[in-house]
Amino acid sequence: MADFWKRLGEIDRRIIFVLIALAVLVPLALKLAFPIPVGKGPSKDFFDSVDSLPPESVVLMSFDYDPSTKPELHPMAIAIVQHLMSTDVNLVAMALWPQGASLAQEILVEISDSLGREQYHDWVNLGYKTGGLVLIARLGSSMKAAFPTDLSETPYGQIPMLDGIQRLCDFDMIITLSAGDPGIPHWVMVASDQLGVPVGGGCTAVSAPQFYPYLQRRVGERPQMEGLLGGLRGAADYEALLRRKYAQAPPGTAIAGMAAQSVAHLVIMVFIVLGNLSYLALRKRKEGQR
Amino acid sequence: MRLYVPLGITFIAGIIMILEFFVPHDPFPTLGGHVKDWYTIVASSAIFLGILNLLRVHLKKINLRSRNWQYSPVTIIGFLGMFGTGVAFGFTEGPFFFMFNEFVVPMGATMFSLLAFFVASAAFRAFRASNWRASLLLASAFLVMLGRVPIGDLIWRLIPGAAESAHPNLVTEIGEWIMRVPNMGGQRAILIGAAMGVVATSLRMIFGIERSYLGGTD
Repeated sequence: MADFWKRLGEIDRRIIFVLIALAVLVPLALKLAFPIPVGKGPSKDFFDSVDSLPPESVVLMSFDYDPSTKPELHPMAIAIVQHLMSTDVNLVAMALWPQGASLAQEILVEISDSLGREQYHDWVNLGYKTGGLVLIARLGSSMKAAFPTDLSETPYGQIPMLDGIQRLCDFDMIITLSAGDPGIPHWVMVASDQLGVPVGGGCTAVSAPQFYPYLQRRVGERPQMEGLLGGLRGAADYEALLRRKYAQAPPGTAIAGMAAQSVAHLVIMVFIVLGNLSYLALRKRKEGQR
Repeated sequence: MRLYVPLGITFIAGIIMILEFFVPHDPFPTLGGHVKDWYTIVASSAIFLGILNLLRVHLKKINLRSRNWQYSPVTIIGFLGMFGTGVAFGFTEGPFFFMFNEFVVPMGATMFSLLAFFVASAAFRAFRASNWRASLLLASAFLVMLGRVPIGDLIWRLIPGAAESAHPNLVTEIGEWIMRVPNMGGQRAILIGAAMGVVATSLRMIFGIERSYLGGTD
């Protein structure tokens, strides 16, 4: 029996890898779908703040991530752009991460084509600029100084939808999808805290806990962040809320991904339980020998 | 000279930025704007330095046939291919955009996804309920893991009466409570501590006490 517990605690990691792979692949292949209950919480708060923007509002959306975090952040980016373009909100995209600009372009072109939106009238991609926190501070005083042209080299002054957009204060909301540094904390520090522009956004699941202090709402005060989408669950919440309100919204990939994530979490938990059973049994045996 | 010029630049730029924050009247906003523009220019130049360094390191590796030198030509060809197509055909369409979407994105996502396998393996080997504190951490980790996926509530609703109760999504609610209350308190303490550290370090750098950023020059 002791050998059994010892062997259980020393399972070859390749077995774990195979089971995790199956836990992800099988639900995706079988197209399993679990209902997504979205109650009160940061995802709902964020959706409500975006949904309450009147038509012709202008939103700045910063794609602060790269391909490595695309599986978590891209689904929420797609759902948010879909939402904004469906409700006639004008969208200015930019990136604090070099590859974010290209990821944004892919979404913007695809969704604007499907909804009949026009570049430079309904949306524009200003591209990537280095500088992080300092760049955000500069945007607070002059957008044009930081972005003299957009991603396609069109001068700022020749873009009709940017008439009247001089600085960050001219935006109705700022949305940041952040995979790390620079990202959410920097937008909160400058745009929300200093300039008073509503900021909301999304991040990877692993970094979500550190942004919860920005969500606290005190009576009579605006929170530092309007809401937060944490990882794939946040994206799935947003997709579910979008489809609940706008039945014509196309299905996203996050809800489908939640089944795979659910099973993967269960498999990891089972392994943790097995590891602890082995540990406790061996410890008990050791104590008995003493 | 190598010591006092950087110290002087740091002092002047730092003081301008502080004054710009507290005194919103000219000339400080204008000066602050210039400092930020210069920061962007210097940071952009650093990217070019990085590119030159990347090429230098890998060319040297190939030249000396250092360990794993076979990967260096791949890096250089990849870099030159992306750079050349981007300059020649633009960055928003054409071959650059195709290679970005079809090569860079899947490879980047694959590398990050590997983390799930290692996290699972590490959790199995290291996450032990060795004392009451570790057990508490383990219990909250389980609740958050279940609360972040819909299957947690589905399991809860298997209990007779749970689906009709006042809390059909109890597991999600508990997970959210852990994030909103104990986690938020801990994170706030970390944030405040880190912010105070940033202020102290910044002041030390502005006044020339902290000089490690100069590369060890004393």
